This record gives sequence, C-alpha cells and structure tokens, in this order.
Amino acid sequence: MQLARVIGDVVATMKDPGLGGHKLLILQPVGPDREAVGRTLVALDSIGAGVGEHVFFVRGKEASFPFLPAQPPADACIVGIVDHWTIG
Amino acid sequence: MLLARIVGTVVATRKDDRLLSSKLLVVRPMDPSGKPEGAYLVAVDTVDAGVGETVLIVSGSSARMAAGLKDCPVDAAIVGVIDSIEVVKS
Repeated sequence: MQLARVIGDVVATMKDPGLGGHKLLILQPVGPDREAVGRTLVALDSIGAGVGEHVFFVRGKEASFPFLPAQPPADACIVGIVDHWTIG
Repeated sequence: MLLARIVGTVVATRKDDRLLSSKLLVVRPMDPSGKPEGAYLVAVDTVDAGVGETVLIVSGSSARMAAGLKDCPVDAAIVGVIDSIEVVKS
C-alpha cells in the first residue's frame, strides 16, 4: 500500500457497469514528508475519502476486493484515511 | 487507474481468438492537466470510446474484470469516458 493525497475527482457518465455508483478520485502519491512522489492516478474510494485528505491505497487486482462479491474493474482503491503518521 | 487520451486505432487480423471482437485503441496516458506522460499503450475499448476522447484506463490483471473481457489476454482496458476532471490546488 502507498500513502497519497486526494487532489481531485473525475466524472465519467459512460463507464463500465461495474464502476456504477463508485466515486473516482485523483491521487498524488506522497513521500514521508508529504512531498509529491511519482505520477498521479485515479482510484476508487471504498471508505468515503474526500479531496485534501491523506489516504493509503492499494494497487493491483486487490483494488477490487473491498467491494466483494462485486469485482469492479479497478487497479487502485483507497482503503484508509490517514489521521497522522510518524517516521523514525 | 490512469487518465489517458485516445490518439489512434489498431487493426490486427491475426490475433488471439479471444480478442476477435475487441476494438483496440492507442492511448497516451496524461496527468490531470492534460499533459501527456509515459509510454503509449494499446488498450481494449469496452465503452465505445473514440479518438480524441479522454478516458479511464485500468491496467494489469484488473483489466480482465471489465465487461466482456473475462479470461481475455489483455492488460489494459478502457473502462470509462471522462466528462470532467477537477483538481483542487493545495
């Protein structure tokens, strides 16, 4: 899993039926000092995260597991909102 | 998932049987501001997207969970046509 900040959202009317009803958020992965690291991506939201929050997300096929038995076609999903973190 | 713009089409006569009815499109990933980034990809279209549109790409094994792609040999699928993108400046 990786830490990221939610920086925005996207709207798609025409989409796979499996994505219906799910929120699509834009994530910027961040490093330990909250600096942006790497490319932005779009993730499903399984826990009600919002823009501006720090979250952690899972990549790969596991991204659809929070919605079992449904299996939406997603390769990234937010699975936790971070209250705070400390390094070292 | 990645945001991408559709930049072209691919035609292949000889291909895996499970790709026979699939539409193949060339897409270029982009950041939320529209700036292209990364390498071009060939993706299977599942939502009737067309050249010039901004779309949502799902990659890896998750691509097979898109409608109609069960057990297909694909690792990138177009699963949505983007209407709008909103980014909040920090």
